[in-house]
Amino acid sequence: MMDRRRGLGRYGLSLLRFWSVSLAAQMEYQLNLIIEVVASIATLAGGLFTLSLFYAHGQRLGGWSWEEALVVLGLSTFLDGFSSTLLRPNLGELVKQVQNGSLDFVLLKPIDSQFWVSLRNWSPWGMPEMALGFGLVLVGLVRSGARPGPGGVLAALLLWACGVAILYSLWFILAATSIWFVKVWNATEVLRSLVGVGRYPISAYPPALRLLFTAVVPIAFLTNVPAEALLGRTTPFWCAASAGLALVALICSRLLWRMALRHYTSASS
Amino acid sequence: MAIVRVEELGRTFRVADKQPGLVGTLRHFLHRRERLITAVDQLSFSIEPGEMVGFLGPNGAGKTTTLKMLSGLIHPTRGRVSVAGHQPYRREPDFLGAITLVMGQKQQLIWDLPPLDSLAVNAAVYGIPDGEARRRIDELAEMLELGPELRRPVRKLSLGQRMKAELLAALLHQPSVLFLDEPTLGLDVNAQAAVRSFLADYNRRTGATVLLTSHYMGDITALCPRVLLIHGGTLFHDGSLEGLSQRLAPWREVSLALAEPLPAERFAIYGEIERCQGCEVVLLVERARLTAVVGQLLAELPVLDLEVREPPLEQTIGRLFQTPAAVAP
Repeated sequence: MMDRRRGLGRYGLSLLRFWSVSLAAQMEYQLNLIIEVVASIATLAGGLFTLSLFYAHGQRLGGWSWEEALVVLGLSTFLDGFSSTLLRPNLGELVKQVQNGSLDFVLLKPIDSQFWVSLRNWSPWGMPEMALGFGLVLVGLVRSGARPGPGGVLAALLLWACGVAILYSLWFILAATSIWFVKVWNATEVLRSLVGVGRYPISAYPPALRLLFTAVVPIAFLTNVPAEALLGRTTPFWCAASAGLALVALICSRLLWRMALRHYTSASS
Repeated sequence: MAIVRVEELGRTFRVADKQPGLVGTLRHFLHRRERLITAVDQLSFSIEPGEMVGFLGPNGAGKTTTLKMLSGLIHPTRGRVSVAGHQPYRREPDFLGAITLVMGQKQQLIWDLPPLDSLAVNAAVYGIPDGEARRRIDELAEMLELGPELRRPVRKLSLGQRMKAELLAALLHQPSVLFLDEPTLGLDVNAQAAVRSFLADYNRRTGATVLLTSHYMGDITALCPRVLLIHGGTLFHDGSLEGLSQRLAPWREVSLALAEPLPAERFAIYGEIERCQGCEVVLLVERARLTAVVGQLLAELPVLDLEVREPPLEQTIGRLFQTPAAVAP
């Protein structure tokens, strides 16, 4: 019989085991580290080059200076590294688990299945990119002369966490629909390229796209909103919107998962 | 008090109805046609604690679908299921802690790591303290004759060793109800025997209830005093294997060795011709007519040798179920 009092401890210990086992499995493939480091440097260089083209004549972009735009690019790089560390290893795996029916073993365990499929794996290979992104944020902050106080940093961290929650929920919802449609891998790739939009200040896009990336596909909340907080120019409206959206997105992901499991047919015999 | 109770259980699936080829693909893309397939229908049975029950039926009979409904993986369309006092589809932690499902075609062990790593994850998830987990692993490993294999990456293990490690992982939380779907699939004769004797031993030691499907009749005859036979999603037989054989095989196999080859038409009056090669002939004769037919054969044909056998059960079941049945996905 399951001991309910130890429930939380059980989840903590499970997470610890998940991650140590996952690290051990990743370490079987050391070459990945080199590939990932090279890939993240190349992606960042590409992003910097594109951004520098916009600023070639020294003008501002949608109200953002070059240094401030570096903060956005840095946060985007950091988020991409974070996705490679935690989101992609799990949510990419979820689609495969549905396709080959190994989700069965998750559903047989007396632990929350969304917890398992969302946190079962992690990969250290996104960390170089996270470090690069973090460095770029610092460079942008120092050169733009912004000096966020503890409040600004805390707000930026919370807004960044909300951004992660939104991205996670969107990704999770797309991955979970594989229970009905089985092949949604392309849909999650579309999401990835959309997230690439957040590498640059959203206000630099034409108004229609700006609306799209804020209200329809909330890319603005992933990088732009936390960057504004670091630069000391966020407003309570954006903080509340970000938190509200994150909460709604998480609830939707939860409800959809429960509905999806009722329709799960468990592939192959 | 039954530990597994199934009443009028039914499950239908919606499957795409697609013609083969390019035209079929295009038509399917433009105008999707679906049809309902009944995998399980009006199935009722119950199992007492400690019983070992064999679950038989041809491919697509609905065995796996039933096991998945019993273990809470899929929701039934109709009917009621109760396992260890729970409704499986609600997947309550106490229920999941009391059952296990082993699937011969799927594996839960992490491919690149030794089984002990997967076992550590399972121990944490089931809330088993480390010392207790170690004690259970030692005990099960001894019963399964697993040793250094537990420290080797799963991908380096033989199929038999892997299946034993899968069983260990599936039993670490000491479930009282075991659902085993083809646990000996693909194993060689020795590994099959090892898994069989382990299951018998486990049942004897723990009193666990076992519901087992297998393509190998040997598993069923060795382990299960009681069998459930389903076909086309409904229950066909519930009772002993002997009873099943009586019911399914109202005929006997009569092998003849003749002094000279005779045309096949000559044998049609005695029974169904199973094989006719030169002087070797095998006939299937209804049990009721057996004595009379044997007498006729000896009197009318140049018989050198005659042997009467009970046909193997696999063959009997296969013959009975040549009629097409609903196919479960």
